[in-house]
Amino acid sequence: MLSSPFSRSVRLGIKSLFLHKLRSLLTTFGVLFGVSSVIAMLAIGEGASEEAQEQIRQLGSQNIILRSLKPEADPTSTQTTSASSYGLTWHDFERVAETLPGVEGVVPIRNFVQQVRFEDKVLSNATTMGTTAEYQNVTGRILHRGRFIGPIDDIKRNNVCVVGYEVARYFFPGRDPLGQTIKIGPEYFEVIGVILPRVPIGASAAPIAASVTVELFIPIQTGISWFGSMNVNLNNGNRNIEMVDIHEVIASVKNAETVASVAAASRTMLAREHPRNDYEVIVPLELLARAEETKRIFNIVLGCIASISLLVGGIGIMNVMLATVNERTREIGIRRALGAKRHHIMMQFLVETVVLSVGGGILGIGLGILVPYLVEHYADMRTIVTLQAPFLAFGISVTIGLVFGLYPAWQAAHLDPVDALRHE
Amino acid sequence: MIFFNLGITQNKNKPLVVVAELDDVARIYKMGDTEVRALDGVSVKFSSSEYWSIMGASGSGKSTLLNILGCIDTPTSGAYRVEGKDTKSLDDDSLSDLRGSSIGFIFQSFNLIPQLNVLENIMVPTFYRDHESESSILRAKELAQRVGLEDRLLHRPTELSGGQQQRVAIARALMNDPQIILADEATGNLDSQTTEEILELFSELHAEGKTILLVTHELNVGKRAQNILTLRDGKIESIAEGNG
Repeated sequence: MLSSPFSRSVRLGIKSLFLHKLRSLLTTFGVLFGVSSVIAMLAIGEGASEEAQEQIRQLGSQNIILRSLKPEADPTSTQTTSASSYGLTWHDFERVAETLPGVEGVVPIRNFVQQVRFEDKVLSNATTMGTTAEYQNVTGRILHRGRFIGPIDDIKRNNVCVVGYEVARYFFPGRDPLGQTIKIGPEYFEVIGVILPRVPIGASAAPIAASVTVELFIPIQTGISWFGSMNVNLNNGNRNIEMVDIHEVIASVKNAETVASVAAASRTMLAREHPRNDYEVIVPLELLARAEETKRIFNIVLGCIASISLLVGGIGIMNVMLATVNERTREIGIRRALGAKRHHIMMQFLVETVVLSVGGGILGIGLGILVPYLVEHYADMRTIVTLQAPFLAFGISVTIGLVFGLYPAWQAAHLDPVDALRHE
Repeated sequence: MIFFNLGITQNKNKPLVVVAELDDVARIYKMGDTEVRALDGVSVKFSSSEYWSIMGASGSGKSTLLNILGCIDTPTSGAYRVEGKDTKSLDDDSLSDLRGSSIGFIFQSFNLIPQLNVLENIMVPTFYRDHESESSILRAKELAQRVGLEDRLLHRPTELSGGQQQRVAIARALMNDPQIILADEATGNLDSQTTEEILELFSELHAEGKTILLVTHELNVGKRAQNILTLRDGKIESIAEGNG
């Protein structure tokens, strides 16, 4: 029944705390909410940053992405038909490929918006991407079946296409997609491969990565020869004609260390050629660094909020323990008369305080794991409860108990036994 | 200097050993500018297997003497020696050790710890000993049996009558087998029949060789001792022989 002095102290401490069940329970709440908010916020922050980093990594950490941007439209224009020509040109593409140092592979991407049809199934306004064989190497995408567009397909302008996994599932359920013929715009294309989707992306709208589930790839030259370089959009009765050479250029850099300098060089180069600012340069590595920075700031803010709530919890515990010491002054006197030394009394009250705060901490760990689980389930956000978080929280609650228990325990230990015994 | 030692004993075959000795003890409290001499030049020797009662009106210095005898207070001047150790030279920890090993306290209001059960209350003095023996529980149970509470071991103090609580307190006082039993108005809160039972227990303990120091203001209780020490204004007024 009574084993080691320590486990006895803990057991008798719990007994003392149970004298005032409600008071003890309420006292633990401060630490409980502090600890659970630490764990929950860490988990949510970790999940969000992991998601962002994954999306950035999908773009390729050694890649530089140049994108055509439509310049600000002239708001005074009342024409129902507007034609605009903007964005990256083949000239830019060649400059990137030839003049930028340390560039390993360069891929042009041209989007064609066309209706896509297979038998009676239709995808209207689907974006078909015209690109080259390099695309697969540069992006590291993985094929599910068949092959990707080859160099010969582009040169010979073959009517072949690679479809996304989800497109294949939509068009050819239960059938072999390879060798099927689909209709893009007015032309027929043979399916030569099925490409796997990017690493699954969460439902939250990605700021950079286009989470296209409809993916179709054709040789870029085939696309240009069939569809030309005009995209016609019908929008609220306005006919919008856009002329863009290349929508996107992905350049992969040989060494990760040179990404920043290559990015700077490409910015300088494009700035000279494009005074209208009709492009953007996306450097995933920079985004990654920015995401890290954001996470760091988030963690600091979180740490501040958590420490305030834990401080409040700790003060609550100290307050209650001071009241307890006052209430049990006579008990302290009795124990002293029966041979207890100061450090015994000190230990007794410290143990009680730590039991309170650790009790709150353990409940807090439970709640802190439950909340991210609920968030993941109902808000569809990714959360990651790291293994360290519960240990961190446990350590914090022990520390709170020790720090905020020290003064009440010291006070208890230094009561005069004569006065303490006389205390009513 | 006069030492009072009447040396009346039941265990005549055992030699008398002085277990506690007050030597010209004074205890002075400072209240603002005035000094209150709660004890003033008290000298007395308590030997093994003696049964003393300490009497006196309130304000006579009884409580102060009790605090000093119990080693929870030390004299302002003079010396108080317990088993040869001068309490003035001991630090707080050593005084605690001395209390734990040599003195068993019994209080008027029983002073059991409310959240602990009977068995745990009896065992409290063992919590603070350096070496805890495995037989503590056995001894606590034996003591509980001795005071007639073996079937109440897991009860809380609030579930017991006053007499039963005082029996627990006596068992607790005996737990570390101290030489001196210090009882402060131990029967003050009890009815006459229970008082009789408790006093009977003291007589038994006395017969076993304990030194009993019983502070009381009731003459019929005080008379049960061998020696009756009466205090007045912090000084020993008289030492008389009791019926014990």
